[in-house]
Amino acid sequence: MTESTRLVRRAAAVAALIAVAAACGSSTSSGKAATGSTSAGRTLPAAQLALVAYSTPQEAYDKIVAAFNKTSEGKNITFTKSFGASGDQSRAVESGLAADDVSFSLEPDMTRLVKKGIVAPTWNADPYKGMITDSVVVLVVRKGNPKHIQTWADLTKPGVEVITANPFTSGGARWNVMAAYGQAVKAQGGSDQAGRDYLAALFKNVPVQDDSARKSLQTFTSGKGDVLLAYENEAIFAQQKGQAIDYVTPESTILIENPAAVTANSKSPEQAKAFLDYLHGTEAQTIFAEAGYRPVLPGVKSPYPFPKPAALFTIADFGGWADVSKTFFDPAGSVMADVEKAKGVSVG
Amino acid sequence: MATLWLSLLVLIPLGAVIWRANDKGTGAFWRAVTGPEAASAVKLTVAVAVVVSLINVVFGTLIAWVLVRDQFVGKRFLDALIDLPFALPTIVAGLVLLALYGVNSPVGVELAYTRAGVVMALLFVTLPFVVRTVQPVLLELDGDAEEAAASLGAGKFTTFRRIVLPNLVPAIAAGTALSFARAMSEFGATVLISGNLPFKTQVASVYTFNQIQSDNTLGAAAVATVLLAISLLVLLGLDVIQRWAVRRG
Amino acid sequence: MALAYLGVLLLVPLGLIFWRTFQHGAAPVWHSLTTPTALHAFRVSGIVAFWSVLLNTVFGIGAALLLVRHRFPGKRLFSALIDLPIAVSPVVVGLALILVYGKFSSFGGWLQGHGFQVIFALPGMVLATTFVSLPLVVRELAPVLTEIGIEQEQAAWTLGAGRFQAFRRITLPAIRWALGYGIVLTLARSLGEFGAVAVVSGRLVGQTQTATLVVDESFQNFDQATAYAVSVALAVIAIVILVVVNLMRPEVKA
Repeated sequence: MTESTRLVRRAAAVAALIAVAAACGSSTSSGKAATGSTSAGRTLPAAQLALVAYSTPQEAYDKIVAAFNKTSEGKNITFTKSFGASGDQSRAVESGLAADDVSFSLEPDMTRLVKKGIVAPTWNADPYKGMITDSVVVLVVRKGNPKHIQTWADLTKPGVEVITANPFTSGGARWNVMAAYGQAVKAQGGSDQAGRDYLAALFKNVPVQDDSARKSLQTFTSGKGDVLLAYENEAIFAQQKGQAIDYVTPESTILIENPAAVTANSKSPEQAKAFLDYLHGTEAQTIFAEAGYRPVLPGVKSPYPFPKPAALFTIADFGGWADVSKTFFDPAGSVMADVEKAKGVSVG
Repeated sequence: MATLWLSLLVLIPLGAVIWRANDKGTGAFWRAVTGPEAASAVKLTVAVAVVVSLINVVFGTLIAWVLVRDQFVGKRFLDALIDLPFALPTIVAGLVLLALYGVNSPVGVELAYTRAGVVMALLFVTLPFVVRTVQPVLLELDGDAEEAAASLGAGKFTTFRRIVLPNLVPAIAAGTALSFARAMSEFGATVLISGNLPFKTQVASVYTFNQIQSDNTLGAAAVATVLLAISLLVLLGLDVIQRWAVRRG
Repeated sequence: MALAYLGVLLLVPLGLIFWRTFQHGAAPVWHSLTTPTALHAFRVSGIVAFWSVLLNTVFGIGAALLLVRHRFPGKRLFSALIDLPIAVSPVVVGLALILVYGKFSSFGGWLQGHGFQVIFALPGMVLATTFVSLPLVVRELAPVLTEIGIEQEQAAWTLGAGRFQAFRRITLPAIRWALGYGIVLTLARSLGEFGAVAVVSGRLVGQTQTATLVVDESFQNFDQATAYAVSVALAVIAIVILVVVNLMRPEVKA
């Protein structure tokens, strides 16, 4: 397949997606209006797709793949699946792990592959900007919230232990830092210094910085700390698994966006794209919602309230990940490097 | 033939790591290695490995002695269990140690996120090494020389020190070498219990892991190379001690 | 005093694992162990361990013979290099293997072009596991080989036996306990390897997940039941083999 053919196909798929999204958005769907979410319902030739994803949505993906196999499009498609920490998985694909569809926890893990030419730079050219699920940074507390933690200001009080992963090794922790920074900036009418001051004060209360977000969740559930900064869907996941925690959705927090894409060197690009489109469809989005992710497709029903924070901001408000990675997380010199050095803590 | 195999398996990949470390020149290598956090992690690792090895020398020999010379109920069982740290996957060891010495410790001892916790984890993992190298030698030793010394009026401890110990030194050295090497590289058992606090409890293997996760393979390869060099030196040094003791004894 | 040390260090953690695993009875444990994922993982662990043991046995015998019976320049370095794998952090092992055999390295790319997938497939996992357990057989064999010397074999050669025949009939029986013990240690280490394999396996569910990877995954997903169950299974397998071999050596451990 030549470049131009591929581009034409992709454009057609995008057009179909827009049409589908419009259709789904305008209908008062009852969740499982299945066929409206796939294009044309034709059967694709048999293929095996390699799905490489981060670890939290594993159960969701198992269900989604099963559902996909029931559609006419997907019934001849088999899958190999791989789940692990988002950064590890991204690096594995970069080192040659075969993948047709990739799904990560945050954009820089996708950008890494774009730089290597494994994912096309147009991966986020669709209306969803390449994202398949959303979440927000929340404050996770012990069941019953014994320390009555409600706001970001509570985190810098003396004697409060805050758990977060190390932002130089954990993508999840980067979202935490940007949420913390962002809310302080917004509260002070846009002052960058206010944000930096808050980060310094916050990290004074952080006793342990695990190297991954999931490990920091483990640390918290095993008894360390009073409050954990985590993704909303991680908190929901832990609750689903019977961990005794609650979470507070702060009024001001950041919107977390999880990307997914097909790889440029996929041997079955049509099938890979079909699966990716399916992820944006009602069935898949409903399954994600039931797993605790905020769906990107409007109108999807979910058992979780997903309260909309009054002051929700996005990474775009700070210039996008490319800028933020440099300004905040460059080990050679950045906002977080200064904060961590002041603490005598790990810089990447 | 064996050398060919060894080279394929050991030297080429390790060579690749060293190569990668020097990818951007020796300047970058030194910077990566002498940065405050890297240096701290390496120093801590070596210090902890030394402490653990010294403890193992004492207790390893002691345990080997007890297992060979004493009789008690369940000895066979205990003897087999010495190899347990080998049998247990390292992350399992880490999990259990965290459960045991972590925040909700059932025995009320909270060592997690401290250097003592790291030492405990490493002691568990390196337990078998000295014991297993000393045991066969102890078994071989016939009691004649000791009996002679006793009949000449030497106390038990003197006998041990002057007659038994010299024979054990090569074995102890060999076991210590392995114990040191293992302590330097241990990852699974320590990563959970150490809490990853740089300048306090971050060992070099975890530092390396973090570097890889931050896409800083150069830094990781550099520290890995330094550790390899230190380990090689210690291994060769202990080999020299072994040789010297054999010649003397 | 030594026993107290042992007790604290060894028995208490052991007791805790068993307690936590069987807290709710044996049925849930069995259930966790017989899920398709777990069964696949045991199979993968078994295959990887098998190859690692095989390769290390062959290498171990060869290297031990080399070390004990021959002189050559660099012998001490060779000996130290054999012990080196224990000093290498598993993370570094994974990194090293990817640097050499990864798709984007020259060697690895060439291999992959010819259809040999090393990394993110079983061969890479076997390499990683073999690497970390390299010294075990050698170190068990060397002292025994030193003990028995070469005279008997030499006598056999002068009587007309071929080298391999002499080895098989004279040396092998003499070293069989040490060899057996070395093999068992290698098996235990191979079954329990995690760090290096984690980096090179690609974690393909049902294909390249080992039992230790399943332990990690279950623990991370708050499925402690499976994590402990599989861990205990692994430990019990190794302990049983160790105890059996130990019991079979009455003349050594009397």
